[in-house]
Amino acid sequence: MTDEKPLIEIERRITGGDFQSAGDVSSELKRILQQIGFPAAFSRRVVIAAYEAEMNVVIHAFRGIFRAWIFPRHIHIEVDDEGPGIPDLELAFQEGYSTAPPHIREMGFGAGYGLSNMKKCSDRLEIDTRVGEGTKVVMDFFLKDS
Amino acid sequence: MTLREVREILEAEVLACEDLLDREPRSACGSDLLSDVLAFTKENSLLLTGLTNPQVIRTAEMSDLIGVVFVRGKRPEPATVELAVMKKIPLLATKLPMYEACGRLYMRGLRGCSEVE
Ligand SMILES: Nc1ncnc2c1ncn2[C@@H]1O[C@H](COP(=O)(O)OP(=O)(O)OP(=O)(O)O)[C@@H](O)[C@H]1O
Ligand SMILES: [Mg+2]
Repeated sequence: MTDEKPLIEIERRITGGDFQSAGDVSSELKRILQQIGFPAAFSRRVVIAAYEAEMNVVIHAFRGIFRAWIFPRHIHIEVDDEGPGIPDLELAFQEGYSTAPPHIREMGFGAGYGLSNMKKCSDRLEIDTRVGEGTKVVMDFFLKDS
Repeated sequence: MTLREVREILEAEVLACEDLLDREPRSACGSDLLSDVLAFTKENSLLLTGLTNPQVIRTAEMSDLIGVVFVRGKRPEPATVELAVMKKIPLLATKLPMYEACGRLYMRGLRGCSEVE
């Protein structure tokens, strides 16, 4: 991250298995990015990646903390969860690989695209995971001149 | 094509945001996989789906979709309609199955997400 002061910092809780509130955090982030006036295409890739990360906590973990630092030309997101962790990251990144149970698939999730989509949408993605403890996803997004 | 025309072509019922039917989707996508929608749709597209839970609206919101059509007579949960009203995402419901609903719109010129810029 930079030494620059962020315009806004947010920190929100995510509860595993709570499909009622799932997506609320990413929705709030979207509203904030719109209010600041980021270009729609930039906000869209940030928010899609945030939503994939948020849903992974809701679907696969017990609980998590979502933090975002919003700078004028850079957004830094950290999603840190307590959960089962990911035993084989390379496998988890493969499109189509998913351990989501049937009731999650019925909702339309569990196609196994989330992680690769987060990589596609972000400019930097790092995952730190410990089996039996949890997973931390760190993403950066840089606003480029178009 | 406006959402109003979509309603006519699909003989659909409007379940939310009737005041926003002047919107014009630039493309459309038919899917029952939300992560597919998140990964492959373009902004300002129309989604046709058989899913009815509120995460459909969340997905539409995050992806900047312009509206959602529920196919094969599926009715959304009340929470789904509520969220759509809040997020200003028009909802339509048609009795047509997925293939026919998509086919009718495609024949009338609404392109797929991979065919538009
Ligand atoms: N936060 C997490 N905690 C534990 N396991 C995870 C976490 N995130 C991802 N995984 C594991 O990695 C797999 C792949 O994740 P990915 O997001 O790509 O797909 P998915 O969540 O299963 O389905 P989709 O995202 O397409 O709805 C998951 O099925 C799960 O096994
Ligand atoms: Mg996922």
